[in-house]
Amino acid sequence: MFTTVRSRLIAIGILLVLSIWALIPTNTTQRVRDATTGRMKDTIIRRVPINLGLDLQGGIHLALEVDQSKGPVPDPADAIRRAERVVRTRIDEFHVTEPVVQVVGNTRLIVELPGEKDPARAKGVIQRTAFLEFRIVDMKSLFRDALPEIDKALRQAGVKPAGEASPAASVTQLFGADTAKAKAKGKAAKGKPAAKDTSDANAPGALSSLLFQGQLPGEYLVPEEQVPVAESLLARPDVRRLIPRGIELKWGNEVSSRAARSYRALYAVEDRPIITGEELQDARATRDPLTNQSVVNFVLSRRGGRIFERETGRHVQDYMAIILDDRVQGQPPIIKGQIGQRGQIELGAKPLQEAQDLALVLKAGALPAPLTIIEERTIGPSLGQDSINDGIRAGIVGVALVVLIMVVYYRWSGVLAVSALTLYVLFTLAGLAAFGFTLTLPGLAGLVLSVGIAVDANVLIFERIREELQHGKLVRTAVAEGFTHAMSAIIDSNVSTALTAFILYLVGTGPVQGFAITLIIGIAASMVTAIFVVRTFYMIWLQRRPDMATLSV
Amino acid sequence: MIRLFANANYDFIKWRRWAYGLTALIIVPGLALFLVHGLNYSIEFTGGTLIQVRTPAPVGTDRIRAALDVAGIRDAEIQEFGAPNEYVVRTRLAAAGTRAEGTSEATAAAVDSALAHGLGAGQYTIGRTEAVGPKVGRELQGKAFLAIFFSFIVTLIYLAIRFEWRFGLAAVLATLHDILTTIAFIRYLNLEVSLVVVGAVLTMVGYSLNDTIIIFDRVRENLRKYRRQNLYEILNLSINETLPRSVLTHGTTMATTLALVLLAGEVLRPFALVMTFAIFTGTFSSIYIAAPLLMYVEKRWPGQDARGARAFRPAGTVPLDSAQPPSSPPPGGSRSKAAV
Repeated sequence: MFTTVRSRLIAIGILLVLSIWALIPTNTTQRVRDATTGRMKDTIIRRVPINLGLDLQGGIHLALEVDQSKGPVPDPADAIRRAERVVRTRIDEFHVTEPVVQVVGNTRLIVELPGEKDPARAKGVIQRTAFLEFRIVDMKSLFRDALPEIDKALRQAGVKPAGEASPAASVTQLFGADTAKAKAKGKAAKGKPAAKDTSDANAPGALSSLLFQGQLPGEYLVPEEQVPVAESLLARPDVRRLIPRGIELKWGNEVSSRAARSYRALYAVEDRPIITGEELQDARATRDPLTNQSVVNFVLSRRGGRIFERETGRHVQDYMAIILDDRVQGQPPIIKGQIGQRGQIELGAKPLQEAQDLALVLKAGALPAPLTIIEERTIGPSLGQDSINDGIRAGIVGVALVVLIMVVYYRWSGVLAVSALTLYVLFTLAGLAAFGFTLTLPGLAGLVLSVGIAVDANVLIFERIREELQHGKLVRTAVAEGFTHAMSAIIDSNVSTALTAFILYLVGTGPVQGFAITLIIGIAASMVTAIFVVRTFYMIWLQRRPDMATLSV
Repeated sequence: MIRLFANANYDFIKWRRWAYGLTALIIVPGLALFLVHGLNYSIEFTGGTLIQVRTPAPVGTDRIRAALDVAGIRDAEIQEFGAPNEYVVRTRLAAAGTRAEGTSEATAAAVDSALAHGLGAGQYTIGRTEAVGPKVGRELQGKAFLAIFFSFIVTLIYLAIRFEWRFGLAAVLATLHDILTTIAFIRYLNLEVSLVVVGAVLTMVGYSLNDTIIIFDRVRENLRKYRRQNLYEILNLSINETLPRSVLTHGTTMATTLALVLLAGEVLRPFALVMTFAIFTGTFSSIYIAAPLLMYVEKRWPGQDARGARAFRPAGTVPLDSAQPPSSPPPGGSRSKAAV
């Protein structure tokens, strides 16, 4: 094939054109934060089409997994595939450009949001796509009955009540009328006064002094500023032991204000969901034309419908908490009668917007299993820019030193090698762009390093030519033999390096894969430039000076 | 024309016992330290959180520690990172003892809010946050080990095909030596072992093999070229012949890694340091470890190239055809390239 200079030059020309074509700046949309409003907006900019890794352009990387800590999930692989769809729609809703949502292995979901500058917002988006379940509220007030015991245990453990201004009674009836209503429904509420008396001292209980009975059985209100205290008390092992079997405590998602104080609701619910988001197929918000009430209509799967029918039949007149991501959404609605595959949640006079939010929660929250974030990386955009600047500065200095060494040591031949080196950098970048690989910070280091290694092939060839010249061979023969004799060393050494890089690519993640890719492309490009391009340069040189007696090498 | 080490004729193999001693001097204390203290693994491996904070003016690690103490985060490491107003706060799951899966992420949020209280909101910017669960870390440890293991197997097979298994074994043992010295080096400098540093170690594996292969390639060629010389002489000859190349290539590679060490920023520095050291150890081992090992392997399991390896000449003995300079090509010398 490439025996003539002309055919070689054409081949190099084609590679050059292809590389430049791959690197021509194109219009891409990029999300930037509007300085005045603080909102994200799309702008179109022209840039070189090399994908920058999250560590260079800033962004968020999250790895999520099916949470099996609360009980085994029957088919995690299926669950994660469905979760992928849900997360994808959720992200699309928030208009992040070029997001990555990808299932890795069988159990892991990778979410990458390049250029996203607000980690809290982005995580909120992902985390809201969480686990939905319906649970029956603690209708028998089992938790309330256990409160004196808990208080006693806390007193023994030396925990003093926090709020000095708290009322003395254990569970204060903040809203007399409402509670009366709830009591009328609660069958076991009768035993309560007796239970209250068992608290041996008049001193307020450490936990119960924080809780106020809410409107519903199993609903307790905690002053907003006391929430952390209550949380830490409830997390104590001695308290957790005393929480009645079959009951779990879940915080509400919203803060309500009564009498100039804000309260957060704490619900005692059954520990077993009657149904989870897995069975939920659709949810829509509408306004009932007759009553003018906001309602959410939902549809369950056939199997879910059967389960729901059985469970709701058993729990008529009970309250059902809608729990998303461990938080009770709004106030639990009452089950008015047996519900099958199609159900309706009435929100009364509340605005339609609220119904739409709930419908969205039901729909997008319909993850078949809970997800936990097992890995999170957030890189600020300024840090990424600093890394690029530092990397480029180090690259320029490093490459300049390589050029200096080559030209000083090998003179004109060194100049040929250095010119080939510019082609090498061009080819490597074009390779990254053309195959859509991502340039990461370690990749940038790999690129700089590979420049140092790339000249190795030329060094081998030049040394070989020098040896052949020393053996008294003519310039033309020395060049030819130098190339052929150096070939086996170049191929063997490069292939073994490429093999290690390939293994690194298979095993590594994210940035390290970027490094391996850059190294592999760099090795391929250096073989082309050091052997083929430099050889062509020599051919031209020798053609122009056929009488050359000494070679500048 | 500048020529370094042209027509060099050093007896490298003679110094092999000194080289073994020197390398043992580096490896043994390093590995002892490694066994006692382990390595300083990054949170990628241990699980935990890392937060990089930049303040407008230097505030000192004490103030950051105080801010975290108030919030009850006591197990954090705080370090200046590259500049006096840049800090890295690390909490490791291993250090914290028993923590549930997924809480590293909550810790990151807790550190942020603690800083907001201690330094004041807007008085700092968070450059990056990393939170890794313990499970991911365990996986990565396994993967890093597998990567090194497989790269060994693959190169062993490749070298067995291209050369002969004896060459492959010597090359892989020399690479194993490089990994040990690099671990010792990482331990001496107490560098943080991140995934990128493991990447550097693997690159070093490739680079060092590369270097060994260049010399072995010349050995292979010279074995065919000089039929009457023994292995000892051939090894020395090959090392000497490739010496200018070694010096040049290590010069250019070192130029780039040193530029990375000095200029590429704090994140890449451990990587660049390991690579710089790797060039030293890779060169050293190719000459002083791989070549003598090849001789040892040929002595132990003689192959067709084991010429005289069983009873090689002591240094200084004049080989039969050393009257003529080794550079003059014997007849038929260039047929060695038929293999390519």
